Amino acid sequence: MAESELDKVSGKTTTGHQWDGIKELNTPLPRWWLITFYATILWAMGYWVVYPAWPLLWSYTRGALNYSTRAAVAVELANLEKIRGDKMIALGAASLADIEKDPALLALARARGKAAFGDNCAPCHGSGGAGAKGYPNLNDDDWLWGGSLDQIVQTIQFGARSGHTKTHEGAMLAFGKDGILKPDEIGTVANYVRSLSGLSTRQGYDVAAGAKIFVENCTSCHGEAGKGNQELGAPNLTDKIWLYGSDEATLIETITIGRAGVMPAWVGRLDPSTIKALAVYVHTLGGGK
Amino acid sequence: MNKIVQIKPDQVQDVGSLYAARKKVYPQSVFGTFRRIKWGLMAFCLGVYYVLPFVRWNRGLGAPDQAVLIDLPNSRFYFFFIELWPQEVYYFTGLLIIAALTLFLMNSVGGRIWCGYLCPQTVWTDLFYAVERLIEGDRRERMRKAASADPLKLERISEIMLKHSIWLLIAWWTGGGWVLYFTDAPTLVKELVTFQAPAIAYIWIAILTATTYLLAGFMREQVCVYMCPWPRIQAALTDEWALNVTYRYDRGEKRRSVKKANELRALGLPAGDCVNCYQCVAACPTGIDIRNGPQIDCIQCGLCIDACDNVMKKIGRPTRLIGYDNDINIQRRMAGKPPIYGIVRPRTIIYTALIALVGGIMLYALLTRSLLDINVLHDRNPVAVKLSDGSIRNAYTVRFLNKRSLDRVVTIDVDGPPYAVLHVVGDDSIIPDRPMVVLGRDGTTELRVLVTAPSEKNSERSIPIKFRITDIGLGEVASAIDNFVLP
Repeated sequence: MAESELDKVSGKTTTGHQWDGIKELNTPLPRWWLITFYATILWAMGYWVVYPAWPLLWSYTRGALNYSTRAAVAVELANLEKIRGDKMIALGAASLADIEKDPALLALARARGKAAFGDNCAPCHGSGGAGAKGYPNLNDDDWLWGGSLDQIVQTIQFGARSGHTKTHEGAMLAFGKDGILKPDEIGTVANYVRSLSGLSTRQGYDVAAGAKIFVENCTSCHGEAGKGNQELGAPNLTDKIWLYGSDEATLIETITIGRAGVMPAWVGRLDPSTIKALAVYVHTLGGGK
Repeated sequence: MNKIVQIKPDQVQDVGSLYAARKKVYPQSVFGTFRRIKWGLMAFCLGVYYVLPFVRWNRGLGAPDQAVLIDLPNSRFYFFFIELWPQEVYYFTGLLIIAALTLFLMNSVGGRIWCGYLCPQTVWTDLFYAVERLIEGDRRERMRKAASADPLKLERISEIMLKHSIWLLIAWWTGGGWVLYFTDAPTLVKELVTFQAPAIAYIWIAILTATTYLLAGFMREQVCVYMCPWPRIQAALTDEWALNVTYRYDRGEKRRSVKKANELRALGLPAGDCVNCYQCVAACPTGIDIRNGPQIDCIQCGLCIDACDNVMKKIGRPTRLIGYDNDINIQRRMAGKPPIYGIVRPRTIIYTALIALVGGIMLYALLTRSLLDINVLHDRNPVAVKLSDGSIRNAYTVRFLNKRSLDRVVTIDVDGPPYAVLHVVGDDSIIPDRPMVVLGRDGTTELRVLVTAPSEKNSERSIPIKFRITDIGLGEVASAIDNFVLP
């Protein structure tokens, strides 16, 4: 490093730094700036003492304040539960009909219901309740076990064919597998069922035979007009909504092997106000009766 | 060709150290035009700062009646007749753009007008200097007291204590004024006095007291010279036409004493007007010599102009040896030409036009902004639902924004899909298919809206749908467009 020298043009000394003959004029920083810089270093050391700082092999230095972001989050979450607790009590106390009439309670129930739906229901019914083959769409107006608020609560609490003593029972028999109907009879009645909701049928199928088979085997659950029965979870066969599908092959499959989708009982797993919130959420998806 | 200049030892400007000890500045009191302007602007700026939170503005029941209020908990900004919501912060962006352009315009017209007269650092430092001068005396006296090696006497100690007490009081008022903008001022003042204000108010007052005390009492010109970015930006933005506080070396050089100059002039020889009295240096709050030419340390407060004018008047020479001028005119005078002032030039015209443009756009946006608005979010999953009768339903989350401070009732209509029917979840409208909802004042309302349309009348995969809300009282209308989708 070259010596500091006096620059005769500017009247300033140089710093002594030199690059290819280009010298740097000394424009001194104020000394307080340097002191401030050292002070910030000391400040950082203070941090090491007070806050968690250095990683050790199996742990880390915890700091004098014993501060931890995780503990801070836990406190915040506990506070949240407390705030939520009061509101959830209000929700639990209100009747289902009142909840839907009170905008604030409705918003709370929908928000809470949406969260609970995502956690518990979405794996089968889809994140927006759109359902899938065998899993009902909760947005539409077609309900297997009823679409009123009370009926929805009932279904959520005890499920369907869940094994709970109060659960919804009733299943579609396996007419083909159990030998109740012969394959050609199943084909005929499948076409008859399609005709109930105005769908096209196979050319020249025996309408009278189809009607006869339907009356003898299906009406006990689905009703004489095929309108279904919510007591038994028997779907309405005259509408446009099909849980498993409305094409001939799927219908034959349904009649042959039967259907008995299971929904678990949530009573005991979810608290009553959450179930209430879920019911309100599902009811307000659009299809509620 | 390089000219080698021999410099004398007393012209060496530093001592070779990489860090410079601070040379304390003891500005002398000045009287004159620019000093009066500075007093006036200081009174105006501080007056606005302290009084504004107490100005009232009636906005009706339930709304705050403070003219200027930054209501952070409720995310509202009130400025007289304007009430802004968080999504309207672009007005602040516009204001900042105008502020920047105004700074550029000031700079191209008269140099660092902001630095010299309006910057809070300058205003508060000036005030602190005034207090210091009042208590400890003027420049010479303060320098003498600072240099004195005598042991501290009671009088001196009380002087120092009084000065710092008043400084702290001003600093405390500064912080106190600041917090008043964030909540109802009279209420907060009562709470502060009775020690019932929220802790955050005391914390902010403490922080701003500390920064004011430190920056205006101790850091002073160091803030301008070392910390502030504006001098650097300003140096890059300026041009040769900008009027800066300038020493007219064409008139001033060579510097002679009054007596010597008179002698020389009697002989018909040239002599400068500058008598080397150092009054300009004594008055300078950043401790520089303006006669060395434009420099980054100069905040262009104009106090040296007053100082020099006073001397010139006393010795019977023309004033404004130091004045708002530029190098072009110095060169022109040296060449015997009259000075020209290029205030109106492309640069200033463009800045003015830009300010007018941005201001105009903002004003237009402000005057035509809707106080009723609607946002629509289509359900993503499922996008469409087929109902048992085969018709199609789409669900939307609709948020209504009522920016008026009164409750209002709106009707909702949809245009687009033929035979579409509207239903608001949780709403039992007396008019079927045309729901009415009540929107609470100064807030938003979120509703779930279902639109059902028969599939046989709607064969397109996606049909644009317009949600239109109409305030049944005021007739205000707002709308949003989305899509109606088939499965």
